[in-house]
Amino acid sequence: MNPRDSSSSSPSDRRLSALARHLSSPSAAGVGGGVSRSLASSSSFARGDSVFSHVARAPEDPILGVTVAFNKDPSPVKLNLGVGAYRTEEGKPLVLNVVRQAEQQLINDRARVKEYLPIVGLVEFNKLSAKLIFGADSPAILENRVTTVQCLSGTGSLRVGGEFLARHYHQHTIYIPKPTWGNHPKVFTLAGLSVKYYRYYDPATRGLDFQGLLEDLGSAPLGAVVLLHACAHNPTGVDPTIQQWEQIRQLIRSRRQLPFFDSAYQGFASGSLDADAQSIRSFVADGGECLVAQSYAKNMGLYGERVGALSIVCRTADVAGRVESQLKLVIRPMYSNPPIHGASIVAAILRDREMYNEWTIELKAMADRIISMRHQLFDALRARGTPGDWSHIIKQIGMFTFTGLNSQQVAFMTKEYHIYMTSDGRISMAGLSSKTVPHLADAIHAAVARAV
Amino acid sequence: MAAAVRAGVSGRILGRGSAVGARSMSSWWRSVEPAPKDPILGVTEAFLADPSPDKVNVGVGAYRDDNGKPVVLECVREAERRVAGNQNMEYLPMGGSVKMVEETLKLAYGEDSEFIKDKRIAAVQALSGTGACRLFADFQKRFSPDSQIYIPVPTWANHHNIWRDAHVPQRTYHYYHPESKGLDFAALMDDVKNAPNGSFFLLHACAHNPTGVDPSEDQWREISYQIKVKGHFPFFDMAYQGFASGDPERDAKAIRIFLEDGHAIGIAQSYAKNMGLYGQRVGCLSVLCEDEKQAIAVKSQLQQLARPMYSNPPVHGALVVSTILGDPELKSLWLKEVKVMADRIIGMRTALRENLEKFGSPLSWKHITEQIGMFCYSGMTPEQVDQLTKEYHIYLTRNGRISMAGVTTGNVGYLANAINEVTKSS
Repeated sequence: MNPRDSSSSSPSDRRLSALARHLSSPSAAGVGGGVSRSLASSSSFARGDSVFSHVARAPEDPILGVTVAFNKDPSPVKLNLGVGAYRTEEGKPLVLNVVRQAEQQLINDRARVKEYLPIVGLVEFNKLSAKLIFGADSPAILENRVTTVQCLSGTGSLRVGGEFLARHYHQHTIYIPKPTWGNHPKVFTLAGLSVKYYRYYDPATRGLDFQGLLEDLGSAPLGAVVLLHACAHNPTGVDPTIQQWEQIRQLIRSRRQLPFFDSAYQGFASGSLDADAQSIRSFVADGGECLVAQSYAKNMGLYGERVGALSIVCRTADVAGRVESQLKLVIRPMYSNPPIHGASIVAAILRDREMYNEWTIELKAMADRIISMRHQLFDALRARGTPGDWSHIIKQIGMFTFTGLNSQQVAFMTKEYHIYMTSDGRISMAGLSSKTVPHLADAIHAAVARAV
Repeated sequence: MAAAVRAGVSGRILGRGSAVGARSMSSWWRSVEPAPKDPILGVTEAFLADPSPDKVNVGVGAYRDDNGKPVVLECVREAERRVAGNQNMEYLPMGGSVKMVEETLKLAYGEDSEFIKDKRIAAVQALSGTGACRLFADFQKRFSPDSQIYIPVPTWANHHNIWRDAHVPQRTYHYYHPESKGLDFAALMDDVKNAPNGSFFLLHACAHNPTGVDPSEDQWREISYQIKVKGHFPFFDMAYQGFASGDPERDAKAIRIFLEDGHAIGIAQSYAKNMGLYGQRVGCLSVLCEDEKQAIAVKSQLQQLARPMYSNPPVHGALVVSTILGDPELKSLWLKEVKVMADRIIGMRTALRENLEKFGSPLSWKHITEQIGMFCYSGMTPEQVDQLTKEYHIYLTRNGRISMAGVTTGNVGYLANAINEVTKSS
C-alpha cells in the first residue's frame, strides 16, 4: 500500500492513514477526549465520548417498586397488596376461560394473517368497544357521532386523546382529581397539556370531598378539560353517588368544560357492565361531547396485551370523521398502528353471544370475590376491635382500598408483617384471600394500636 | 324531536336557560380540518376499493408470496401453538420482555458481542420500528435538547413525522442520486462533513426505504470514518435484517463496521418484515453506552418515556419472537424462511428487469437488480404513476416506489408491459 495524495488513494488507504493519525495524536480533532486506544478495537470509545454521559438514572416507579421489594422478601407469610392485577383465592394470576377459548379460535384459524391493522386499529373491535361502553342503543352511536380508535390499553388511549387535545382543543389545561393514578400527570404532560388538580378525596371521612370538588371545578376556567374516573376511582375506591354524578354533570356542562373519562374497570367494580358505565352514559345522554379511554386490562384480564380504545363523542357525524382523521396523525408517528392480538381476542368475545355471556359471569365472579374480601377485612377489623371507623373499606369500590394508614404505619406493616403496599396506604384487594385476611387485619390492628 | 325534548328538560334542570343540550351547544371540533390521507396506507385503501380483476398492489411494504398472499411463517405458527394456553397475560416490565430483547441484541450486535457481555447496551422492547424510532426521538429531545436529526433524502415518510412530533429539529442529507438511480455518495459525504459536530444522523442499516439503494461496504467504512471525525451520533433504523440479502449477519454489516470503529450507536429493530409479525408490533430500541452503569441509567430513562405512552409493551409478539430465537430448531427454521422470502424478491427483481428489456424499453433498468430489499425506486414520475394506476390498475406510491413483494410470476409481465408503456416516450 503506497499512500499517494489523498485525492487519488483508495478509500481504505485514506481511512487507514486517518486512523493512524488518530492513534498518534493525543487530541484528535472533532473527537472528544482523544482516542487513546486503537479504533480497530471494539471497546474503543473513551469516557466522555457518549453524548448521553450526563443521563442520570431515573427513580424507580413507586408502584412497581413495591413488587420488586416483595419479590426479594423470603418470608413465607409475605403478602403483595401493591400492583393492581387480579389474583385468585390462591393468589395466582387469572386468564379467563373465554380468553383461552378466543385464543384457541385464533390459533385454529389458519386463514388468519398478521398484516398491519389500519392506523385506527381493528374496526370490528372499535365498534364493539363503543357499544360496550356507551350501550348498543346509544343515540351517539346510532347517529354515527362517535369515533373510536384502538389504542394501547388505558394508558395509550389517554395519551392519544391528550395529544389530540393539545393540538386541536382551545384549552390546554386538564384538571385531574387529587389523588389520582400516578401515571396520569405524566401522560398528560408529555401529551402537551398542563395539569391542575381538583379536590377529590377527603382523608377525614375517607370518602368524597364533594364540596371541594364542586368548588374547584366551579372555579376552573370555562372550557377546561376535566378528567373523571368513570368508576372505581384509582387509588381511593371512592366514587360519587348517582345524585352526585348528576350534579357534577350539570356543573361541567354549565361551564362548557370537556369531560375526559378514564374507564379502566367497567364491570369489574360492581359486577355490572351497565352500572359501571352509567356515569359516562349520563353525560352522553345530554347530547354533549366527551372523550373516553377504555381499558380491557382488568375486566378481561388482558393486561400485557395492551388492549384499549379511545372514543370521542362529537356533535355530528361529519365532525367525528374529521376528528378521526386527525387522531390518525397522532398515532402514525407514535407506533403506526396498534397490536392485533389482544384486540382480536376482545372482538371474538364481544361478538359471540355465548362467549359474551360467559365473560359477564366470569367478570362478576372477580368483582364478587373482591367485594367479599372487603367484607371479610371489615369484619376482621371489627372483631379485633381495631380503633377507628373502617366502614370505608366496604363503601369504597373496585380493586383498591385507600386504608387511611400513613406511611409510617405502612412501613411498620412491611417490616413486621411482610405486607407490601404503596406508601399512600393503598391496598389492592385483589391481592387478598380468605386465608390472608386475618394476617392483614392483625397487621393493621398492630399498626393502628401502636400509634401515639 | 327527542333531542329537543332532552335539551329542554336539561335546560329546565339547570335553570337560567343555560347552554346545555343538543340544540344550543356547538361542537368543540368545528374547526378541525380533515387530515390528509397517509400517502402509503392510502394506496392500499384505493387498491382495495378497485373492482378491476387485473389490479396489482405494489404499494405497501408487506411481503406476499408468489400467489400474492400474505404469509405467516411456519416458525411463527409453531411458536404460537406453543405459547397459546400456557402463559398468563400479566404486564411485562416497562422495558418489555427481557428474553426477547436479549435475543434481539444478539442479532444486531453479534452473537458473541462483547458489548452484550459487558452489559453496555441500554435496550427496551418497542412498538416495532416506528415505536423504537419514536422512543429514541423523544429521548434525544429530552437529553440532547439542542441537537438536530439529519434524515436522508428520500426516506420513509413517517421518519419526518416521528422526529417532528418529538419536537426535534430536522435537516436532510443527500442520499439518492436520481440520474444514476444509485447513491449520491459525494454529496452525502459533504453533508456529513458540513453538519455541525455532534449532529445526529439517521442511517438505514440495509435495504434503504424507499430507494433500495445501499452504500457498498467501502462506502460504509468511509461514512463511518467521517462521522467519527465529526463526532456525530449514528442512529440506525434496521427494519429489514435478513430480509435484504437473505443473511442477517450480512445485513448487519454496516452496524458492525460502526461498532468496530468505536461509535456509540443507537438502533431501531423491527420484526415486522423479517418475521412477518407486522400487526403484532414487535421491535427493540437499543443505545450503546460507555459502561454498564450508564446503560442502566439510559434504560431507566427510556422506560420513563415509554410509561406515559403505553406503560409497557404488548406481550404476545414478544413471546413469539423469544420462543423462536430461543429454540435452535425454530431459529434455524426462521433463517431458512427469511432466505426464501429474500430470494423470491431477488428473483422478482431479475424477472422484472428482464421483462422490461424484453419489451424493448429504451431506458436502463439495471437499477432494479442493483437495488436491494423490498423496494425499488423505479424512477417514474408522479404523473407516470398516476397513469399506471388509472389505466392499468397498478397501485404504488407516487414517488415511483415499487414494493417488489407485490410482484409475482403471475403479474410481472403485466407490470413490465405497463411500466414500459407509460415510460417509453420519456
